Amino acid sequence: MNHSLTTLTLVPLFGGIVVAGLGSERNKLVRGLSLFFSLIGLTGALCLWTHFKGASGDLQFVEKFDWVPTLGAQYYLGMDGLGLLMVMLTAIVTPLAILVSWSMNDRAHIFNALILWLQAGLFGTFTALNFFHWFMFWELGLIPAFFLIKLWGGPKRGPAATQFFIYTMVGSVALLLSFLAIWLATKTKTEPGCFDFITLAGMGKSGVLTTKLQAAFGWKNIGLMVFFGAFLGFAVKVPVVPFHTWLPAAYSEAPSAVTMLLTGVMSKMGVYGFLRILLPIFPDQMRQVLTPLLWLAVATIVLSACAAFAQRDLKRMLAYSSVNHLGYCLLAMFAAVGAATNVNQPEIQKAAGLDGVLLQMFNHGLTASALFLFVALLEKRSGGLRGLDDFGGLRKVVPVFAGLMGIAIFSSLGLPGLNGFVGEFLVFKGVFPLAPWAAAISTIGLLVTAIFLLTLIQRVFCGPLNGRWAQLPDLTTAERFLVLPSIVLMFALGVWPQLILGTIDATVVALVQKISF
Amino acid sequence: MLAWTIYISFLGVLVLMLLPRDAARAARIVALFTAVLGCGVALVGAMQLAQQGNVGEVTTIVKTDWIPAIGAHYYLAADGISLVLVVLTGLAAIAGILFSWNVEKRTKEFFAFYLALIGGVYGVFLSFDVLLLFVFYELTIIPKYFLIARWGSTRKEYGAMKLALYSFVGSHLVLIGLIAAWVVARGQLGHPSLNLLELSQLVHFPAGFQCWVFPLVFIGFAILAGMWPFHTWAPTGHVAAPTAGSMLLAGVVMKLGAYGCLRVAMVMFPEGARHWQWAIAALAVVGIIYGAGVALVQRDFKFVIGYSSVSHMGFVLLGLATLNTIGLDGAVLQMFSHGIIAGLLFAVVGRMVYDRTHTRDFNDLEKMNLGKLLPFAGMAFTIAGVASMGLPGFSGFVAEFQVLMGAWQVFPKMTILSGVGIILGVAYTLRALQKAFYSDAPPAAHDGHEDHPLEPISGPERAGAVLLIAASLVIGLFPTLLMNWIEPCFRSQLFARLLNGGAQ
Repeated sequence: MNHSLTTLTLVPLFGGIVVAGLGSERNKLVRGLSLFFSLIGLTGALCLWTHFKGASGDLQFVEKFDWVPTLGAQYYLGMDGLGLLMVMLTAIVTPLAILVSWSMNDRAHIFNALILWLQAGLFGTFTALNFFHWFMFWELGLIPAFFLIKLWGGPKRGPAATQFFIYTMVGSVALLLSFLAIWLATKTKTEPGCFDFITLAGMGKSGVLTTKLQAAFGWKNIGLMVFFGAFLGFAVKVPVVPFHTWLPAAYSEAPSAVTMLLTGVMSKMGVYGFLRILLPIFPDQMRQVLTPLLWLAVATIVLSACAAFAQRDLKRMLAYSSVNHLGYCLLAMFAAVGAATNVNQPEIQKAAGLDGVLLQMFNHGLTASALFLFVALLEKRSGGLRGLDDFGGLRKVVPVFAGLMGIAIFSSLGLPGLNGFVGEFLVFKGVFPLAPWAAAISTIGLLVTAIFLLTLIQRVFCGPLNGRWAQLPDLTTAERFLVLPSIVLMFALGVWPQLILGTIDATVVALVQKISF
Repeated sequence: MLAWTIYISFLGVLVLMLLPRDAARAARIVALFTAVLGCGVALVGAMQLAQQGNVGEVTTIVKTDWIPAIGAHYYLAADGISLVLVVLTGLAAIAGILFSWNVEKRTKEFFAFYLALIGGVYGVFLSFDVLLLFVFYELTIIPKYFLIARWGSTRKEYGAMKLALYSFVGSHLVLIGLIAAWVVARGQLGHPSLNLLELSQLVHFPAGFQCWVFPLVFIGFAILAGMWPFHTWAPTGHVAAPTAGSMLLAGVVMKLGAYGCLRVAMVMFPEGARHWQWAIAALAVVGIIYGAGVALVQRDFKFVIGYSSVSHMGFVLLGLATLNTIGLDGAVLQMFSHGIIAGLLFAVVGRMVYDRTHTRDFNDLEKMNLGKLLPFAGMAFTIAGVASMGLPGFSGFVAEFQVLMGAWQVFPKMTILSGVGIILGVAYTLRALQKAFYSDAPPAAHDGHEDHPLEPISGPERAGAVLLIAASLVIGLFPTLLMNWIEPCFRSQLFARLLNGGAQ
């Protein structure tokens, strides 16, 4: 049995300990080492990518041991296309985050260690397949994120960090209680209950789980209650309107490197949870409340786009735009659940929406983290200013910066030829036949997104030059190399989405089979 | 072998008394040596017992006649549950001494009282004769009183007196219950007996009798476990006590109460336990939420931890109230886990912060920026706080996880309520963490600490913190280490009556 996934998770965990142990005196070594560890992570993820058999929708690189037998807890790791994609995303964004905070000297050893631990938590979350094990990493990611916001954030970091933590914990506790209920329901006289996502998915599909829950608790609606508990856990993390209020504060107060990780990868934890846990385990319950769920997704898309439009702070604007983009993922996901009941539809059509979801997750991670990276570079030049109206005409003084950020912005608003387009196209293609009204209303979101992103370009880069910034330095060579990978990937995936679709197709088909009868 | 934990501790007291009056350094070393030896014996003895096979059964260590007229024996024995708590006592004892390395005032007496307390605690966890258990239980009250009244801070006489009075009231309730049980048992057995095994297996107390005796004995013990509404001694006592005192109070003394509830009250009167199950659970949940809610609004750093103990002990009581294997399992594990984590929290607050800054008021601490001045203390409190919130990876998670699992089976609605308690727990811990260590408040205009820089965290403190963190982490990652000891106990004869017929 190979231990590649364990190693992948342990490298940053161990790296964090080493880096934290170096102390505050050797900042250069600290940065070099943390970059080194994050690059090992990237190399490892690339190795997994090359060894991954894309044609199979099965779990690969599986590791499975008993952990706490009496609790049904196993050390169970495995990876399918979805997990692989998320691990890749984590592996790409983390080195960028370390690089962008290269000049940060305030307790750099702790800062970098926390980033590496956050990465370990994310790797773990995306590879664990037993609730006990998975929950550990799910929560592990939270603590570094809290401290990164709390210690290095903007002026209102205290409340922002607390709000972020408490909101997520409320969700986590609800999720925990739900899984304890599932455990009890699946417990027999001799065997402990079940925490295994894969086995639970099997029970979810056949409807056994609902019956068992009802038998164990004697309440008719227990299935729905348990579903709502788990839903809350993920909805806060994504976030879904109205559970999103922690997000703008957290994203805008966090240092930009952290925001890159928060929006690029941590928000995907929620969507990942929906795909890995909620969809396969609770297909019945999701169908029961499908209409309200679709409304929530539509509300998330439209309201957050409008909110972004009203922002005057670049980071807050991009934060809301992040919520908006993840709304598309939810929309397609919920629509696919509805579709699965309708046996007449060809599988490929059901799959199209979900394909779009996975692609959109990756694309959004890439684009949003790139956008926050650009904001970080801008902030570094402007001394922390990042208001929409603080700039103007920057195109003339920093043409390279304006051009590259422009590419990222256009990727975010879904210009064909760039990565964002393919994901959103597949999402809408999947949703239209299944829930036409929802898709129709959601296009308002697309429109508003285009408006506020273009406004951003106009206010910051075009128009008369704000004299204050006449001496603004353009991107240095190092910085150009820093943003290059993201830009290249944006083009590559825009032109050749098959690069990703090839590895996830089989997974998505397997997922559709899991949720349809 | 395990009996030596008790003897070693009292021998240590004797040696300390023989030391010259001002031999502070020698006293420390003797105390540490005794505690390490005690802990070593506890660990080795526990391993030995575990290897011999069935930790689920009660293994006799010593049994001789004591007062034949009333059927009292000097009867020491152990099963898996005792083992867990004995090991906890050993660890807490070492850590407590490491964190009171700086006691300069009558050092020798301090450690003598300290070791006497430890010896008594070992005794309670190993006694299987109810009178002997009761004697050891009472024995712990005296050193507790003096430790607080002499070496404490903030209203120490009040705190010490309150603790002593509450303890005495509790033990009198227990005593009344035990005497009544003894009378009934003599009638049934034909000979006087105080043997816990006989009382719980051979005697069958009438249901009506159990229904009134159980609450007496249970509440008597639960007072010391900090059950709401009898918890009020706990915060004041914890705050008044010196660091090592609060570490032991929260770490092991509260466990004495919970242990008594389980070992004596519930095992002897199973039908009474089933009858009052709901009431206990309700009080436990109120305690969880109330304790956490009050902790959220405290201004004194130590009061936050004091009330958090009430909240966490609520989980122990909730676990006990479930009367099913998994819930009880969680309750015992929570006793261990809380003992370790609360010990560390009190150590940070009392020793690392208060002894240096001489204030525990958040308004003052906020201005000191301790996170930068005492990075180790900040880190230790962060880890302890995270463990105390019940985040996975630490012992608290596995314990609360099982308590909640057990509780879901019996009281689903109350379990959801206790979820609120967990969230409040996160809130007060974060609040304390932010106010005390990572505050953004501007530093005080006149920074008096420039002249007297805070002394750095000393070696013993680091050692103690690392010991406790490691213990919590190891049990969090490999809970089976302890669960293999605890779980078989609930399949044994001793618990058969309590568990069979309860909700399974």
